[in-house]
Amino acid sequence: MLEIKDLTGGFEGKDILKGISLSVKPGEVHSIMGPNGSGKSTLSKIVAGHPGYEVTGGSISYNGADLLAMEPEIRARKGIFLAYQYPIEIPGVNNAEFLRMAYNAKLKSLGQEEADPLDFDELLREKMKFLDIDEKFRERSVNEGFSGGEKKKNEILQMAILNPAVSILDEIDSGLDIDALKVVAEGVNRLRNGNSSLILITHYPRLLNYIKPDHVHVLSGGRIVSSGDFSLALELESAGYERYTAVAGE
Amino acid sequence: MTDLDQVVARKEYKHGFTTDIDTETLEKGLSEDTVRKISAIKNEPEWLLKFRLKAFRMWKKMSPPVWANVKFPPVDFQDMSYYSAPRKKPTRKSLDEVDPEILETFERLGIPIEEQKRLSNVAVDAVFDSVSVATTHKKKLMEAGVIFLSFSEAVKEFPELIEKYLGTVVPPGDNFYAALNSAVFSDGSFVYIPPDTVSPMELSTYFRINTEESGQFERTLIVAAERSYVSYIEGCTAPQFDSNQLHAAIVELVALDDAEIKYSTVQNWYPGDPETGKGGIFNFVVKRGKCQGKNSKISWTQVETGSAITWKYPGCILKGDNSSGEFYSVALTTGHQQADTGTKMIHIGKNTKSVIITKGISADSASNTYRGRVFISPSATGARNYTQCDSMLVGDSCSAHTFPYIEGATEFAQLEHEASTSKISDDQLFYFRQRGIDAEEAVSAIVSGFCKDVFVQLPMEFSVEAQKLLAMKLEDSVG
Ligand SMILES: Nc1ncnc2c1ncn2[C@@H]1O[C@H](COP(=O)(O)OP(=O)(O)O)[C@@H](O)[C@H]1O
Ligand SMILES: [Mg+2]
Repeated sequence: MLEIKDLTGGFEGKDILKGISLSVKPGEVHSIMGPNGSGKSTLSKIVAGHPGYEVTGGSISYNGADLLAMEPEIRARKGIFLAYQYPIEIPGVNNAEFLRMAYNAKLKSLGQEEADPLDFDELLREKMKFLDIDEKFRERSVNEGFSGGEKKKNEILQMAILNPAVSILDEIDSGLDIDALKVVAEGVNRLRNGNSSLILITHYPRLLNYIKPDHVHVLSGGRIVSSGDFSLALELESAGYERYTAVAGE
Repeated sequence: MTDLDQVVARKEYKHGFTTDIDTETLEKGLSEDTVRKISAIKNEPEWLLKFRLKAFRMWKKMSPPVWANVKFPPVDFQDMSYYSAPRKKPTRKSLDEVDPEILETFERLGIPIEEQKRLSNVAVDAVFDSVSVATTHKKKLMEAGVIFLSFSEAVKEFPELIEKYLGTVVPPGDNFYAALNSAVFSDGSFVYIPPDTVSPMELSTYFRINTEESGQFERTLIVAAERSYVSYIEGCTAPQFDSNQLHAAIVELVALDDAEIKYSTVQNWYPGDPETGKGGIFNFVVKRGKCQGKNSKISWTQVETGSAITWKYPGCILKGDNSSGEFYSVALTTGHQQADTGTKMIHIGKNTKSVIITKGISADSASNTYRGRVFISPSATGARNYTQCDSMLVGDSCSAHTFPYIEGATEFAQLEHEASTSKISDDQLFYFRQRGIDAEEAVSAIVSGFCKDVFVQLPMEFSVEAQKLLAMKLEDSVG
């Protein structure tokens, strides 16, 4: 469903990604691992369409359509979701209201009526309960003053509400203690179905014990330098990234 | 072009049409003779003519203020007409006698003077160019003892009340525009709430400038007697002309012992061409309230989105002991608009209290200035003021400035001041867009959130209207 081919790009004329190819099929879980600064977040931002990043070559096709030609909100409505490594704070905008706007934008793009506020409220309560998020986070401003872990949970809450087809989770595990990690991982697993895919970006293999990937890729120096199955993650766990930084050779 | 630039390209001004009606317009120019003519047309008593002439003589010796942070070519006061009225002079016994063209105009503006909407619980006085054309719900108000009339009618029916209070809060010599208005004011509204009375409905005035070369100089006087309460709403629009029209109004509020006046404004005068800055209203308004009695309260809430230039400082004179004044303001400037607005709180009585909360938003090449003055007189022991001024910048070429002045015997007072400046970042917009919410809706949500503390002060339906207005002003016309 998502085909990335020879993708190059970055910002301010500097290519961070130096030719990435990745094929994600419905229902698959891919993990992208790699040292800090290797371009993992850059890849996620480019797939989501951040206007501050520039694509200099290659292509991304999504269900047969040219993803790169779509505005970011269109990509989102068509099911691309990015859970941020560093979620953005939006002072003054109520969290529940924000979620409702997002939910309605999606319904509208599907030609459906906006959700009844009470029905939406019920949906939200249910998802929050499942993710063990306190009621008070409904009324707080989006991410403002949330702890690192609370922000990450809030990202997953948004994912749960929007039910995306392809979710890119950028270091969703960083900043979470082990209990929160379990809750988040369980939440993500519950959202999986035969058709939705996951791209888990992570620096540490720890998360992969909870969400088992079908494919593991190592990104280094803007290239995928190695791909394999879960055993590759286990190998990284013991050996680290040193080998790969040497391969990337920069 | 960044996302923000695209978002702040605005939609066209919706109220920019003119109504083709037969008007009676005085020749351009301003002299003592003009003043006499206006007074004669209105059949005014001698004392009122004297009031006007005195103001005119003062005005002639004054010059326009130059201290505001706004730039515009000098206004030629001889090149405009000081009186314009629909020729079919409505006798105003009933709405049926009002020129249907005018009613239609107000209808297009969504203003409820038309019969069916009179059932809604808001009494409306509609001012078209220089005269008031319709006041609704008169009867129901009269039953409660509430006087709500056009200014001209009030002069005829309640001359003692007008003579007693006119100019007591904003004296004719107060400043250049106050003197001008006092000399040539044409119409406006008068409200009197008798003792121990809560007005049975919200009162509201809608102002409309229709004639290209006329200025609008209306006058509002609201008196709330002991233990009374009234909430008053003012709305304004104007057609789209290449030239600038002057709007120099005066609003005077008087609150006696234990009385409360809540005055809300949603101002959407034509702002001029967003690209060139051509045309638009010069909105130079003097608004002041006097908390004359003990425990009285005056609260100003304004949402200023229109006009080429806005220059206004609704303030309160806190004379009665324990009286309080509030000022809540949202000022949005886009295109080439300039706003220099704020408040003046003058503490005289003991234990007087004032609260100032302002939100300035500027986009495009607009400039937005908050100018506030809190003055504590030595008699005002136990005075308290809380001031919070927040600015938000949308894009890179706009500007925001704040000038909070605190003066006087501040050692007797308790003063708190907070200020902030924020910017909508591309990362914030992208966060919305990644969730499927388009950039316009995102900006509007952020701006609404930013203004929340002020919007909650508005009467419910006007709060909704104000938020829509703000969203529309920030909407992208390119798509
Ligand atoms: N907005 C930015 N401006 C400048 N440099 C950036 C920006 N974002 C990322 N970089 C740089 O691009 C490279 C890749 O960063 P990133 O994609 O965040 O890596 P990762 O997520 O793998 O840690 C790094 O060298 C980083 O410093
Ligand atoms: Mg990263």
